[in-house]
Amino acid sequence: MNASLLLLALMDGISYAALLFLVALGLTLIFGVMNILNLAHGSLYAWGGYVAATFGIVIAKAGLSPLLILPALVIGAVLTGIVLGSILEIGLLRRILTKDPILQLLGTFAAFMILEDLQRLIWGSQPYFVSDVVSLLGTLTVADVTYTRYQLLVIPSVAVVALLGLRWFLNRTALGRQVTAVTHHREIATAMGVNASRVSLLTIVIGAALGALGGALAAPTTSITPGIGAEMMVLSFAVVATAGLGQIGGAAIAALMIGLGRSFAVYLFPEVEVLVPYLIMVAVLLIRPQGMFSRVATRRI
Amino acid sequence: MRLRLFVIVLLAIVLALPAYIPWLKTPILLALSNGLAVLGVIALLRAGQVSFGNAMFVCLAGYTVAFTARAAQVDALVLILLGTVAATLAGALIGLFMVRYRGIFFGMLNLAFSMVLFSVLGKFGAVTGGTDGLRFDRPTLGFVQMQRDGFETTLLIIAVFVALVAGILVQRYFRSARGQQLAAIKTNETRLEYLGISAKRVFWGGYVLAAALCGLGGSFFALTQGLVTPEMGYWVRSGEIVFIAILGGSGHAIGAFIGAFVFEFVKLYVAAWLTGAWQLVLGAILLVMVFAAPTGIFGLLERLLRPAPALSEKRA
Repeated sequence: MNASLLLLALMDGISYAALLFLVALGLTLIFGVMNILNLAHGSLYAWGGYVAATFGIVIAKAGLSPLLILPALVIGAVLTGIVLGSILEIGLLRRILTKDPILQLLGTFAAFMILEDLQRLIWGSQPYFVSDVVSLLGTLTVADVTYTRYQLLVIPSVAVVALLGLRWFLNRTALGRQVTAVTHHREIATAMGVNASRVSLLTIVIGAALGALGGALAAPTTSITPGIGAEMMVLSFAVVATAGLGQIGGAAIAALMIGLGRSFAVYLFPEVEVLVPYLIMVAVLLIRPQGMFSRVATRRI
Repeated sequence: MRLRLFVIVLLAIVLALPAYIPWLKTPILLALSNGLAVLGVIALLRAGQVSFGNAMFVCLAGYTVAFTARAAQVDALVLILLGTVAATLAGALIGLFMVRYRGIFFGMLNLAFSMVLFSVLGKFGAVTGGTDGLRFDRPTLGFVQMQRDGFETTLLIIAVFVALVAGILVQRYFRSARGQQLAAIKTNETRLEYLGISAKRVFWGGYVLAAALCGLGGSFFALTQGLVTPEMGYWVRSGEIVFIAILGGSGHAIGAFIGAFVFEFVKLYVAAWLTGAWQLVLGAILLVMVFAAPTGIFGLLERLLRPAPALSEKRA
């Protein structure tokens, strides 16, 4: 493997890791506040992708500048997050909060089944993509390796902004502190006067929007097809589990590990490419059963 | 007593229906093979654990059957045995790793393992036939070469018998000391450990049992279809198995089969009426079950089948 191939794998990995991180961030945020693993999160990714691609196609057809597609992708993702996130929280998550954990998982699995079929009914099974924005932004040459600006600059910066923005929100704002309080202990936070159900709704909308944003940003470089939701669900969980449930900074590192691992595998051992995320996750969990960055929880007898 | 009568009536229906409506044989066989796999997952649900990867054992057994049938002239009964043994061995090995985890980690690690199998089967097309899967010729059954119809009828009778025996054995296991210990993992694992019982070892037993039953189901599934695909091990399939367990009710072994039959026929009819929307309908049913009947169909039937004990004691 020569230097330029190495660099190419590195760039691939970073761009892929950034997408993975956005989706995983949403998943881990929702888990933190509700203590429910949202199996429908992959569907939010797919819906975000479809809605954004539809917006992009409408803009292209209307003859507007392709530069508008970029904000349209973000707006599409946020709208998807607000609508689907609210429906999920009010219609499902809020109501299964006190149920048996198995029923909670199955409740979100039911939401996944419904969303997958609705998506197929709305958008059919042909692939969607909006590549105009990628060609518009052009390419960048780093040490003889040419790479699209979109993948190298836009996607990673969105991920970094999301990470820093979320950290600032959770640590520095009053509302963010309330979210952290609910994550730590719902009952005590409620006793302290935090409106836990309002905080949950807000967090889930943010989490859903992050998942949808991942899909929206993927739309220009990968074609959105049925089944990507199911695949992304598993991958984003692999990131979250490797990092430790509820660990935001850890998720960034885990996403980088898995993203880079996968892109290097593409060039070195293409046969095992799809296995790499799971192998990394299993290897980490063998050594640290609760993930890399989780803290030790006290046992309740 | 009423439960026994109920089972006999069910068995009679399952065996009699295909005699009048021959095309029902395949869906009934598929439902029975699904039911066996669900029975395994119910054992895990007893311990409060939900696996989103148990379809890997179904898939593994299916491929064992297909590989063997393609390589040599082996009787179907031997194939079923081989498939089940392969799944059991894999379960024993993977179980050593899995018993350390609980809750979501358990569920999703199983999912990760099943995705590894799924991807390997899809990638190495030269050996595994890739995403198209592997087709194999109908083997002899009981050392007799049969036509499709006779083969299916005989396989159906064997499957009904196996399902009945498996159901009775699992039910006995649940009532045994080991089974009670398994259930204690759900209620309070720490207390179980304080009694000097290794929760991991108990759970390992449950995990291997689940793998074996999934393998048994997978072997029947493969023989019914004469075709195995990586899709058999996809995580959504594992989710369906758990779904059927909740639909039928995880309180009793028979819930697995009730659920499997309802699932198969809902799928069959909805797929015919609303093409491409059967997942939607099943998802909606699952939501209703989660809210309205978390004990499943068997939980609803239980009140009819068992006379209230307090009442009968009063009379006696």
